[in-house]
Amino acid sequence: MKGGWFKVYALAYLLFLYAPIILLPMFAFNDATVIAFPLSGFSTKWFVALADDPPLHIAVKNSLIIAVTTAILSTTLAVFAARASTRYRFPAKAGLMGLIMLPLVLPEIIVAVSLLSVLLMIGLELSIFTVILGHVLVCTPFCIAILSSAFQSLDRSLEEAAYDLGETSFSTFRLIILPLVMPGIISSLLISFTISLDEFIIAFFLAGTQATLPVYIFSQFRFPQAVPVIMALGTILVCLSILLLSIAEFFRRRGLARSGAKDTGGFL
Amino acid sequence: MKSEGVLHRLGRSEAASGLAMISPTAIYAILLLGAPLALIFLYSFMTDGYLEIIRTFTFANYIEAWTNELYRVVMLRSLFVSMTVTAVTVLLAFPVAYFVSFHVDPSRKSLWLFLITIPFWTSYLIRVFLWKVILGYNGVVNSGLLGLGIISEPLQWINYNVGAVVVTLAHAYAPFAILPIFVALEKIDRSLLEAGQDLGESRFMTFLRVTLPLAMPGVIASVLIVFIPTIGDFVTPQLVGGPEGRMVANLIQLQYLKLDNYPLGSAIAVSAMMIVTVVSLVFLYLNRRYLRGPGA
Repeated sequence: MKGGWFKVYALAYLLFLYAPIILLPMFAFNDATVIAFPLSGFSTKWFVALADDPPLHIAVKNSLIIAVTTAILSTTLAVFAARASTRYRFPAKAGLMGLIMLPLVLPEIIVAVSLLSVLLMIGLELSIFTVILGHVLVCTPFCIAILSSAFQSLDRSLEEAAYDLGETSFSTFRLIILPLVMPGIISSLLISFTISLDEFIIAFFLAGTQATLPVYIFSQFRFPQAVPVIMALGTILVCLSILLLSIAEFFRRRGLARSGAKDTGGFL
Repeated sequence: MKSEGVLHRLGRSEAASGLAMISPTAIYAILLLGAPLALIFLYSFMTDGYLEIIRTFTFANYIEAWTNELYRVVMLRSLFVSMTVTAVTVLLAFPVAYFVSFHVDPSRKSLWLFLITIPFWTSYLIRVFLWKVILGYNGVVNSGLLGLGIISEPLQWINYNVGAVVVTLAHAYAPFAILPIFVALEKIDRSLLEAGQDLGESRFMTFLRVTLPLAMPGVIASVLIVFIPTIGDFVTPQLVGGPEGRMVANLIQLQYLKLDNYPLGSAIAVSAMMIVTVVSLVFLYLNRRYLRGPGA
């Protein structure tokens, strides 16, 4: 067998990676209130309980508003940055790109407390809006990473041909470049939506009284009787993110195929 | 006339187009990241007053953050935890990256990478909570071992401590470690490995003397990309760490949200970032020979 022991190890590693996700539905469909083995019996009551939980519904609504807005804003900002960094040489490029990409490695708590300080200093009330400001900041670098590979694989001669045929730079962008990078844009929208929906620390610091879904989930961990419902909610969320990520991956690959680039794999 | 011509040319120059193109994103980052970071840096030299921050320059917060036993213990623990997590994560990740790069059929590589990245994107909070369930007193590990008769009472040392934090974080940052190593391995010219073996080196020696040095830039990137964010992780120590596993992020949160002491919270945050930066730079310096371009 090709790479025998390595394969065994890699499969064991995947099992380690997926262990929590495999356990999640087991507890979500378990009859008992206590999250422990042995399982006591099949039940869908925790899923039913989700329907009757007004604070949860408000949190879901808040999170969806934040995630959709964040996805659109961060993808838009990322299009500018990715296009600028792949197409042009300009002064302070490394410095500016470094600052824009910084949230990728900066601990989120630092982003959260520094934004909180500024917002309180200028007297802005904490709300959904302030969470969006923070989420755009952390999602943009991921969007740039996706979009840069889309822009990088563009053939410059297509653009030049369009200029030669009398198109302006704006119409070239709209007619030639945009359609070619569209799969990358869709992939970027989906990834930033997923990140924002899942982000906790920034929302925890900046949401004020308007809890997002992760903030709500975190608050429920204090009550042991609420945990099975959270397991049911988690099962739904995991299925949703896997679905969104699969669609994102599909578009990312299609984009690469369209521009004729070799697939190097992965979002990062 | 002439200056208009210059302006016109400047407006069409590559530098100006690039700057204009990046300006929305750059301005956003400067206003909402650069300025806030500068502000907490300033705060860290001020004094916390009742309801307002007293604007007199002082080192008192740093003296407090570095000499108070409580803060120092947490800071050192955070550093220890993130170094351990980094070592564990990168060592465990390397063989996986190696397997995907060298042994998986090229057409299936992106499937493997996709499978590896999925858990990373799915509900971080719930994943951390499930580690608490796995390692807990009545958890999966304990009930499994009890059921098999290997132990007679639940193990206490696997939950609510630093070890549980390390396991959970190593799990959370796994894809971050695998991807840069994978990218570096993919770049290696396979004919170099054949050359190594043709010249009489064993497979293992070829790995040590050719593959590993060429993969080092990826390993270094993995180390930094895991080490820097883990030191500031809040959720994992909060949920699985117990009182003995608190890390610097929990301290910052306490100062900011509970005690409302922004200057001290900022001083702790800035100190943590300084430590991370110094450790990262030392690490880069020690590995500088791997980062030079080919032929240098």
